[in-house]
Amino acid sequence: MRNIRLIARLDIKGPNLIKGIHLEGLRVIGSPNVHALRYYRQGADELIYMDCVASLYGRNSLGEIVQAAAQDVFIPMTVGGGIRSVDDATYLLRSGADKVAVNTAAVANPRLISDIARRFGSQCMVLSVETKHIGPDRWEVYTDNGREKTGLDVIAWVKQAVALGAGEILLTSVDREGTRKGFDVEMLKAVTSEVGVPVIASGGMGKPEDLLDAVQKGQADAVAMADILHYGRATVGDIRAAARAGGIKVRVYEPA
Amino acid sequence: MDYGVGNLLSVRQALEHCGATVTVTADHDTLLASPRVILPGVGAFSNGMGELRRRGLDRVAKEVASRGTPLLGICLGMQLMLDESEEFGISAGLGLIPGVVVPVPAVTDLGLPQKIPHIGWNSLVLSEGRRNWEDTLLCEVKPSEAMYFVHSYMARPLDGRHRIADCLYGGIRISAVVGCGNVFGCQFHPEKSGLVGLKVLRAFLQYADVPAPA
Repeated sequence: MRNIRLIARLDIKGPNLIKGIHLEGLRVIGSPNVHALRYYRQGADELIYMDCVASLYGRNSLGEIVQAAAQDVFIPMTVGGGIRSVDDATYLLRSGADKVAVNTAAVANPRLISDIARRFGSQCMVLSVETKHIGPDRWEVYTDNGREKTGLDVIAWVKQAVALGAGEILLTSVDREGTRKGFDVEMLKAVTSEVGVPVIASGGMGKPEDLLDAVQKGQADAVAMADILHYGRATVGDIRAAARAGGIKVRVYEPA
Repeated sequence: MDYGVGNLLSVRQALEHCGATVTVTADHDTLLASPRVILPGVGAFSNGMGELRRRGLDRVAKEVASRGTPLLGICLGMQLMLDESEEFGISAGLGLIPGVVVPVPAVTDLGLPQKIPHIGWNSLVLSEGRRNWEDTLLCEVKPSEAMYFVHSYMARPLDGRHRIADCLYGGIRISAVVGCGNVFGCQFHPEKSGLVGLKVLRAFLQYADVPAPA
């Protein structure tokens, strides 16, 4: 079994790190890169930057924030929010991102997935999926930060995206996001049993032990954490210790 | 060494973070005059060798190595240091470290299928016959500390003494750090391996100050 990755997720609006509930009612937490540096030092395995207003360019933009982070943070960074073209992906990868996450534009134009994968490799192309539970074993894909319905079935969509070249899936439950009620384990199970690429569980982590269900029952390969870290309810170190105590393999990390 | 392959920003920033002055260049004279040279790289082996040759940088890399200047290959850069690769047919490498580059096996030691590429954090272990990492790039790293890997091919040095560290993937040993005199390679990305990765870069920056391994 591979090491399960512990990922700090930073949702960005303008220059600020923000946090909402169900991706709405956004509250300003502080400076994204102050938090990024803290989580890096605590031993996060990766970072995800997600811009909820899709401001790729210009002042205080996502690109600028990532460039600043890349001076001090030396772990893999995934960046998403507003990527509409291969050129947008190129810009972010040149700014210091290692992978790009695409949601809305991929739904509108699935070829973008193959275009990015062919140009940079599948390992660079993360499909971001926002989901809502709509019935027994049924989840619907949402775009535009959880605001727009698509009518797409989550399972069918992730299978199509993987066939097109998506190398990883960031699966965010809008129902659970910001609620601290734990991950949507049933959805994770449904997705991980259908695709061979790594799946990142996102949305709902209330306490360190929640990740045990996501990994052991949901078969997630990685866990994205936001609220639990931003409000200081646990450090990455606490979560690493809880994972190990629960029998989950995580990377050996001893803070300096 | 800038040969148009891969994103050099992260390597540059990590080295600067460690206190180095970094020049990213394809200029032969600048490279030959540098006290240390890094050969980065991502992508396919034959493409990487082609881009080096097109700029005459294959000869420069060999000259750097033969002068005794510390030379570090990262990821594809490490693989290019071997004699040849099986990626897309047989391609000749720089021949600085005897050995070949072969695919990461798609089955585990128990015959189960495993995912390729090998991506993620994986622990370093001592290569066979090695008792410690004193006087190597890993002098500050402890066995079991993890680095960040992204690759589908792996180096297989002929001489076990050139193997410093391995990682285990599906029970199979993958060469993670190699060294042959002043020539070093790491398969993982030290510039993306957090504080532990930076220790490897610092050791490389200080290499001339420690006695070379016998």
